Parts: sequence; structure tokens; C-alpha cells
Amino acid sequence: MSTLEIRDLQVAVEDKEILRGVNLTVKSGETHAIMGPNGSGKSTLAYAIAGHPKYTITGGQVLLDGADLLDLSVDERARAGLFLAMQYPVEVPGVSVSNFLRSAVTAVRGEAPKLREFAKDLKNGMDALSIDAAFAQRNLNEGFSGGEKKRHEILQLELLKPKIAVLDETDSGLDVDALRVVSEGINRFRASGETGVLLITHYTRILRYVKPDFVHVFAGGRVVEQGGPELAEKLEAEGYEQYTKASA
Amino acid sequence: MGLNEKPLSTLHEKASYELADFEVPTGREEAWRFTPLSRLKGLHNGKAEPVGGVRVDIDAAPEVTVETVGRDDPRVGTSFVPTDRVSAQAWNSFEKATVITVGRETVTSRPTVLTLTGSAGEGAVYGHIVVKVEPLAEATVVLDHKGSGVYADNIEFVVGDGANLKVVSLQDWDDDAVHVSHHHAQLAKDATFRSFVVTLGGDLVRLSPSVTYTAPGGDADMSGVYFVDAGQHLEHRLLVDHSQPHCKSNVDYRGALQGQDAHAVWIGDVIIRVEAEGTDTYELNRNLILTDGARADSVPNLEILTGEVAGAGHASASGRLDDEHIFYLQARGIPHDEARRLVVRGFLGQLIEKIQIEEVRERVLGALEAELSR
Repeated sequence: MSTLEIRDLQVAVEDKEILRGVNLTVKSGETHAIMGPNGSGKSTLAYAIAGHPKYTITGGQVLLDGADLLDLSVDERARAGLFLAMQYPVEVPGVSVSNFLRSAVTAVRGEAPKLREFAKDLKNGMDALSIDAAFAQRNLNEGFSGGEKKRHEILQLELLKPKIAVLDETDSGLDVDALRVVSEGINRFRASGETGVLLITHYTRILRYVKPDFVHVFAGGRVVEQGGPELAEKLEAEGYEQYTKASA
Repeated sequence: MGLNEKPLSTLHEKASYELADFEVPTGREEAWRFTPLSRLKGLHNGKAEPVGGVRVDIDAAPEVTVETVGRDDPRVGTSFVPTDRVSAQAWNSFEKATVITVGRETVTSRPTVLTLTGSAGEGAVYGHIVVKVEPLAEATVVLDHKGSGVYADNIEFVVGDGANLKVVSLQDWDDDAVHVSHHHAQLAKDATFRSFVVTLGGDLVRLSPSVTYTAPGGDADMSGVYFVDAGQHLEHRLLVDHSQPHCKSNVDYRGALQGQDAHAVWIGDVIIRVEAEGTDTYELNRNLILTDGARADSVPNLEILTGEVAGAGHASASGRLDDEHIFYLQARGIPHDEARRLVVRGFLGQLIEKIQIEEVRERVLGALEAELSR
């Protein structure tokens, strides 16, 4: 059992306040959807938790099983069991996918995986996400289509098996087929019931494939409403307008 | 001067075997403005007295002929005319030249390795090497520079009709070495030349690889990797002179820099003369700056004097290690130092993989690892 507890988190970017006191708790076995309009601070929440240097924490705590992640470096947070699937994964020239994945798995597990087992895990993971085998030899994210990048993020999720996964608009830019493949990957990951998922999205579409237990509406840098899956349906029908007005 | 006369590049205004034809550089000249003359130990002003001190050990492929010859040997000095003061100084000061000959249609069974080992001492050493690959022959030559000292040389690569020469030049000097070197490749009809330069050591290294063509169909590919540490000055000056139609050239040099006053200089000159129709050329230089205090100067020059080129381009980019790359790798649990290593290894490794001699490739990768662990 793991718990990610975000307490009164306040974050600024270049002296501009973005998050104004976020409170949220994600436990193993739970899937939380964070929904909100563009510019509401959803991605800031994701990157601040992961420790991106651009974001300055001005208050609050982010506890993973009681330990404050904010005291840790980016890589220490990942090794502690946090994973961030990025909305725009960067291209890293000269670093092959297989080399990158092996380095990441080695770092997170604390020891190098046996080569044969790793090759098998990688092949199975890639097959399940309909990723071509030749991908392993390509440079990290270089020349990948939007859909390929997102599938590759989910491949990492499945290989690294974090305690808590934050998925930042993983559904954006995907066609229906790709969305289905990616959603199946997320569902495989959460099937064990031992992991928590914080799914950030602008649209309700992905929630038809990845059913959330809780839905939080984000506006103006904080959670303005929470509920069950029915809240997503309400948003689908009514949009974000009432929240953007309220927070403005 | 009309366009039909051969104009010389602005960087190579003068060519002569006479030392007196070259004035002592002051540092204001375009060709010398990046080089710290005070660290040349007199190579540029005649004050570096010739003494012995660089041992040349040759492990030759059985098919090649190795000779040590005097200055008057007709095979010496056929392929080039010095275009700067230090090249002319080396030309006028060497006593014995090494001539390596690969006979017509000979395909060598293994690389020929020249190990040049310098020993510290007063004065300088001037050298001269000729590698002559006769028509349709194929050979690989490795130049391995190590040790200490002050060394200037000219190396001629004379590649005959349809011949193929691969060269790897390692500048793996001790920290205090000074090395000014000129590589002159001359390509005959349909000749292929592959050069790979790796510069890691030395206080000051200034290496000027040049290519000339004597007939159509020549193909030159020149790659280079350098890693500059604090206080080092590593300079590479390339010149490709397209004076014949339908020849190719490709230049790809990449370097990483770290530490206070680490200084890399890359000059890439390509001239496409009026008669060089159908030329296909590209040159690229990239620098990755890993720390504050390091500096990279990168100057590509492309002079096109004909309207009929197949392709001509250049690119130069110097940038810092990308925070977003490091963040992405760290976000997957990879510690900062290792993330940095992965990125730099990736940046230079793509080129290093082009070295076809496994032993040399492994050594260069090993040296890169050592640099990154500093």
C-alpha cells in the first residue's frame, strides 16, 4: 500500500503564482482524474511533483508514504516510486531506446536486470503496445510521431512499475486506435491494485477507457470541485465555463 | 582577378615552401586569431630549435612498404605547398621523412599503426610523413600521438586513382604537449578518403586537415571528435578545395567541453571553384558545453564560385547540455551524472561508432568515459 499526499502545494514559475494550495491524496488501487481547462495549472502540478527545475515550490508538501518528495532530487523521486508520463517527451539524440530503458530499469530497481529477462520484458511490453521491434534501436523519441511518443511513455510505465503514476495529458494528440492501445496499457498497470494513478486530462474521452474512482476539477491553480465518475459526465455536458468564471 | 583565375580562400592567401614568405604571426591574422601564440613554444616564430624527441614506432601491415628517407626523396612534398608559417617551418626543419607505400591494387590485411611518442625536453620536433596509396589499393592507417613535447609536422596522404585510404589520427597527448599538424590529402580520380580525428590530450593542439582533388570522382569524408578539459586549447581547421568536377566531401566534427578556459576552435572552409561543377559537399560542427567557463568558436565558410553544384551546405551549433534532456532521464530514476554521461556519450558516440577498427573504437569510447568521470 502506498499513498501520495499533496498538502497545500503552492508553486510559482518565475515569480508568477500558478498553484494556490492544492490538496489531494492518491492511494494504491485508486485512479484519480484531474480535469480542467487549459492554463488551470494541471501540468504545473505534474511537473512540480516530479521536480522540474523550472517550477519553484513556495509552500506545502508532497508526501509519498510519509516522506516528503520535495526534499529529493528528480531521480531520487523516481526511484522512490513516482512516475511522470510526459505530455511532450523530449527527443534525446544519440541515446537509444533500449539503452535508455535498461539504464532506467537498472536505476529504479537498484540492480541491472538480467539481459535475457530484460529483452523478454521489453519485447512483451512493446508487443502489447503495438510498438515495432525496430524502435528499440532508434534514438529516444527522435522522429517519433505523437502517438509513438505516448506509447513509449506507457511502455516505460509498465517496465518501471512505480507506486504512483502521474499521467500528464497522455491522451492528447492520440487517435482512437492509439488511445485504446495506450488505455489498455494503463489498465494493465493498475490491474494489480498496488499502484495509484493520477490522470491529468483535458477531455473526458480517455475516461471511457480508463475508469476513474475520483474526479477533481482544477481551475485557477487549485481543486475547485471533486466527486466520483459522474462528475466527468457533468463536465462533458456542461464544459468548464462555470469553473473558469468562478476562479477568474 | 577574374573568376576564371583560381582565387585562394581568404584564409589561405599564401602558399610557399619558403619560411621567409610567411611573416611571424601576431595573432591579429584571421588564421591565427583564435590560437594563443604564447603557448606555441616558439613553433610560429622560429624560436623552437629542432631537437629529437618524438619516437616513431611502426606496426605495418605485411603488404605495405615502410621507408625512412631524406629530404631529397622525390616522393616527399609532392601533394601540398605549406599555407601557414608553422607548416612551412615544419617543412623546412624536418630531417627524415617516413614514407609508407601501398602498392598498386594491394589490399592490406590489417591497419598500419604509427605510434608517435613524444618526450619532454627543450626545443621542438619537426616531422614529415607520406602515405602513398597507389591506384586501386586499399589501406587503413592509424596515427597514434602520445607523450609530451612540442611537435609540428606535415602529413601527406596521396590517394591514387580508385584507391581507398582510411585514416584515424588520435591526439592522446599528455597535458603539457603542444602539437601543430597539417594533414594534406590529395585525391586522384575516383579516390576515396576517410579520415577520423580524435583529439583528447595536449595543452594546445592545432590540427589542419585539408583535401585537394586532382581529378573528378574523389570522395572525402572527414569526421572528428574532441573533448576539451579545463585550460586546453584544441583547434581543428578544415579546408576542402573543390577544384575538380563531380567530387564529394562531407565533414562532421563534434566536441564536448568542460572546465575553466576549455577552448575549442573549429574552422571549416570549403571552396567550390568555377570548374568544380557537380560538387556535393556538407560540413557540420557541433559543440556541447558542459560547464561554465568553457568556450567554443565555430566558423564554417563556404565559398561557391560555380552555379552548378549538386549540394552544398553547412551547419554549426554550439549549445549547453539541455536541461530538458537531463530532466527526462532523471525523471526515469537515472542519477544526474549518469544522465549527463548518457547524453554526451550519445552526442559523440554516434560519430565514434563510425570508427571501423574495433580496438581503436573501444579505446576512444574508454577515453570518453574517463573524461566524463573527471
